[in-house]
Amino acid sequence: MKSYSTEVLTRGLDIKLESNLDQDFGKKIAHNAHGEKLFGCIQCGNCSAACPLSVWMDYTPRKIIAMVRAGFKEEVLTNRTVWLCASCYQCTVECPKGIKITDVMYALKREAIVNKIYPKNFPVPILAKTFYNRVRRAGRVNETTLLINYYMRFNLVKMLSYATLGLKLFLNRRLSLFEKGIENKKGFKELLHPDVQN
Amino acid sequence: MKYMYFPGCSLKSSGRLYEQSLMAVLNRMNFTIHEIENWNCCGATTYMSINENYAIEIASRNLALAERQGGDEIIVPCAACYMGLLKTQNYIATDEAIRTRVHRELAKTGLSGNLTIKVRHPLDLFVNIIGLDAIKQHVQAPLKGLKVASYYGCQLIRPFSTFDNVWDPQTLDMIVKVLGGESLYWPLKTRCCSGSMTSTMPNIGSRMNFVLLQNAKSRGADVIITACPLCQFNLECFQGKLSKQYREDVRMPVMYFTQLMGLAFGLSEKELGLNRMLSPALSHS
Amino acid sequence: MTTNHEIRTGFYICHCGHNIAGVIDVMAVTEYAAKLPFVVVSRDYKYMCSDPGQELIQKDIKELNLNRIVVASCSPLLHEATFRAATAKAGLNQFFMQMVNIRENDSWVHEDKEMATLKAKDLVRAAIHRVAYHKALEKKKVPVNPDVLIVGGGISGITAALTLANAGKKVYLVEKDPTIGGYMAKFDKTFPTLDCAACILTPKMSAVKEHPNITLWSYSEVTKVDGYVGNYTVQVTRKPRYIIEDLCVGCLSCIDACIYKEGKFPSEFDVGLSKRKPVYIPFPQATPLVVVVDRDTCIYFKTGKCPQSCAKACDRNAFDFNQQPEVKEIQVGTVILSTGFKTFDATRAPYYGYGRYPNVFTSLEIERLVNASGPTEGHVLCKDGREPQNIGIIHCVGSRDEKTNKWCSRVCCMYSLKLAHLLKEHTGADIYNFYIDMRTPGKGYEEFYDKLLNEGVHFIRGRVAEVSDWAITHVEEGKLVIRVEDTMIGVVRRIPVDMVVLSVGMEPGDDAQELRRLFNISCSNEGFFLERHPKLAPVDTFTDGIFIAGACQGPKDIPDSVAQAGAAAAQALALIDTGYVELEPNTAFIVEELCSGCRVCVTMCPYKAISYDEEKHKASINEALCKGCGTCVAACGSGAIFQNLFDDEEILSEIKGVLVE
Repeated sequence: MKSYSTEVLTRGLDIKLESNLDQDFGKKIAHNAHGEKLFGCIQCGNCSAACPLSVWMDYTPRKIIAMVRAGFKEEVLTNRTVWLCASCYQCTVECPKGIKITDVMYALKREAIVNKIYPKNFPVPILAKTFYNRVRRAGRVNETTLLINYYMRFNLVKMLSYATLGLKLFLNRRLSLFEKGIENKKGFKELLHPDVQN
Repeated sequence: MKYMYFPGCSLKSSGRLYEQSLMAVLNRMNFTIHEIENWNCCGATTYMSINENYAIEIASRNLALAERQGGDEIIVPCAACYMGLLKTQNYIATDEAIRTRVHRELAKTGLSGNLTIKVRHPLDLFVNIIGLDAIKQHVQAPLKGLKVASYYGCQLIRPFSTFDNVWDPQTLDMIVKVLGGESLYWPLKTRCCSGSMTSTMPNIGSRMNFVLLQNAKSRGADVIITACPLCQFNLECFQGKLSKQYREDVRMPVMYFTQLMGLAFGLSEKELGLNRMLSPALSHS
Repeated sequence: MTTNHEIRTGFYICHCGHNIAGVIDVMAVTEYAAKLPFVVVSRDYKYMCSDPGQELIQKDIKELNLNRIVVASCSPLLHEATFRAATAKAGLNQFFMQMVNIRENDSWVHEDKEMATLKAKDLVRAAIHRVAYHKALEKKKVPVNPDVLIVGGGISGITAALTLANAGKKVYLVEKDPTIGGYMAKFDKTFPTLDCAACILTPKMSAVKEHPNITLWSYSEVTKVDGYVGNYTVQVTRKPRYIIEDLCVGCLSCIDACIYKEGKFPSEFDVGLSKRKPVYIPFPQATPLVVVVDRDTCIYFKTGKCPQSCAKACDRNAFDFNQQPEVKEIQVGTVILSTGFKTFDATRAPYYGYGRYPNVFTSLEIERLVNASGPTEGHVLCKDGREPQNIGIIHCVGSRDEKTNKWCSRVCCMYSLKLAHLLKEHTGADIYNFYIDMRTPGKGYEEFYDKLLNEGVHFIRGRVAEVSDWAITHVEEGKLVIRVEDTMIGVVRRIPVDMVVLSVGMEPGDDAQELRRLFNISCSNEGFFLERHPKLAPVDTFTDGIFIAGACQGPKDIPDSVAQAGAAAAQALALIDTGYVELEPNTAFIVEELCSGCRVCVTMCPYKAISYDEEKHKASINEALCKGCGTCVAACGSGAIFQNLFDDEEILSEIKGVLVE
């Protein structure tokens, strides 16, 4: 059998081999997002044009759909695009093929969490997990404690830039430092299972 | 008809003026809504990002509680909660596996129910149930041509809008007209405010909110009204920072639509929480 | 019931290559059939429908004196005619042949070979029991009236009318607008040759007017249709123009004399871009060149007080304000429907700003603007009179979209290219075309696209998300901003333009549903008229004698419409020149003595084939209209209705045949 020095042959080249793709990725995400319609994408680009956040993304929503369909799992999950999605649903209502793109983004976020693949030091998944844990503990979220917890994990220094705002809100009695959660927190926890680890 | 009330986490902290003004207005109109006892966080956009099953379960818990407490409808002011509950109902109705699982999990905590209770936003309530005529009757201090930019945001009307047009929503504008104000057309009225990104990605959040303020102000708006606590917070609390960053003064009053209604009804600024705002006050009687 | 000779049945089973023999054990069925009652010979063959296969049957009929044939093969829809013809050629009445479908009903839908073979045996046995009760039947012939009705006077209707008239047939051309010409008359130039539309169309319109064989009834609608293929009675209502058509010579003095000094009402021909008076002519080359008075806007009809200066100015006394609708009844043998389409209503796509921003136009409006004989004499200007510096053309508006219309309207890419060329020529502006796919399939179409690419028109592949007046730079102030993702380059772009053109798609006409009910034809899901077969019979319908041509059958361009019109004319000619139509004899008939006059059957018949004689108190069935559905036969409480090929004995014996064993 002839041996191929594939690594050497592809080093430094911007080329994607079929063996590096996850062929089931498309089907899996389509299933998790409640719709196989994503295979009907005609790549018209309406979603990217409608998305108010696409200008900050290196892979626009249209590209993400194409990459999901083709199996570019690594690129999609390590990219910050899915975490930049603000769930405004503009893409979903405009798509001429009826693809629920926002739901696809949610499915990708979940896939990233399950696989523990995130863009490095990216704040959005950190907030998501903090939020999740707080709800699990208390049944409700107190914004003050949420944000403090978030900044503690992400970047404590950044929190100081919000100090003035925080103070103003506090003085206008719009911040609560204490918040009672729900009753029967234990039963609530049973509804949900383990804490999301970092 | 028993109307339940689901405040959501926001309306009990940074969005408490929404609750305050909503209650004040409903009080004036002799309309009662009952807060769901022991409600929990709806999960917002976050839970759906982490685990879909849990997201649906915790949202459904609120539906089940409302039904158990005898409610016929739930009034949900926060746009994210509103959309989340509608989405949950949609998934339960269309996906059998989800439906079975939800009922099973809820049963473990002793809850049951159809989970089909009608979820309604206060805007829908005012325009379609209470009616514009009834609102007009309560107007004691008409707005006298005040130029109002109605900001709908995203999750209130997309994707499950049941009471307004997805492309050109009009319900807030209708209320403004009935209160005596002038409703401005501005093309960004349904553009996302970036949600929680003003905290996580400030550069993105800044730009998204700056363009909204600038567009409304440059068209002559005297005030922006919103129907979502996070939209209101984003538009209200960073105006100084944005004005400095973009070297254009975009400071202007931003309030909840219920606060504007309350003003037109003749309620006091204190009752409506207008004395606790961080954005400029309305410069007009 | 057979007469005095015994029944001698021949049984033939087809292998159909592997289609049947791959699942069913045909030899076992052959052996089994040989033992069944009345079967004299039982054969199998690889392809029964082939010549040798047919000859097998014919040889046996002659040599073995067979008087019944059973063929077990594919669906009768395919080869019933073949085997019937073969039987008839051998001298045996073709209705003594019965087919059994063991392919579509058996081998193609089952995998278990044993069970499939058992099923085949059951089906064959049923047919063999049944065929013993078949009777000799004859196909009736009804004559075909040589006159033709064509509904719709656009390019398709005009083409069909001229073809048939030149073939010597009398044609009635009915058009609901005051003039023929349809949409083509509104266009400026046509792709890909950039021929002037009016220049190539008007000679045909004149030819229609002059042709001795064509009776042109404009401003008229079909109001009632009765009858069947070859013999249609159609009622056409001619709407009152308040002008006596034969007297008017089109001098237009009446229009000048109208008490309205200027046009005040939106002109339908100019798509609302110009105004006309209540007395008007749609456009200068209208055919017939006869003036119309619009009752809804004329002062005389609204208030009764008008000096009628129009009538006074007419030196031919052609005005008649008391004119009533005229009902004409005609007899025709065939009908061609060429009623066209309508454009997508752009207000259903509010994200493009049509109706909100004044400078958003539909493609049809732009066609009128660039037309030298249009409302602005070919000057394309913004609504405030400015010359546009840049123009954006958005493809696929109301097409390829789940929320509006799912289909591709086929012509929009080509006409968008054409408009890009014309707009550039007329205004010198910067033109942008925003498309999803560039669909240029016709002859010379790709070359046309190539020409446009080299004319400096900007092509951006991306579906436009929104058109708004939100500006973020000085250049964008006062313009309409198009936000789109340039998918080829991979970046979101904002293009400020002065004018937006929406390339709207084609939809079924507003009157399509009403028309199809009148003529008793079907529509597809989308609402276009349904053709008999999408590949092989695009101009036939499921109703014999009614043909369709042009955009009413589906979105298409002018060459295809003309081709279909010719095809429909040819189909009509085939019927007319044969002179008669053969009717399938499996029709129902009423035995008068048994009829109790209850009339239940009359209301049940979906083809309105049953009539009731008030004096005799008996119902009777029109054989030509009857399609043999069997509803009346089952419904008749007196048992007075029978159906050829499906009488009680035949049906019961078939059932018994299946059950026995």
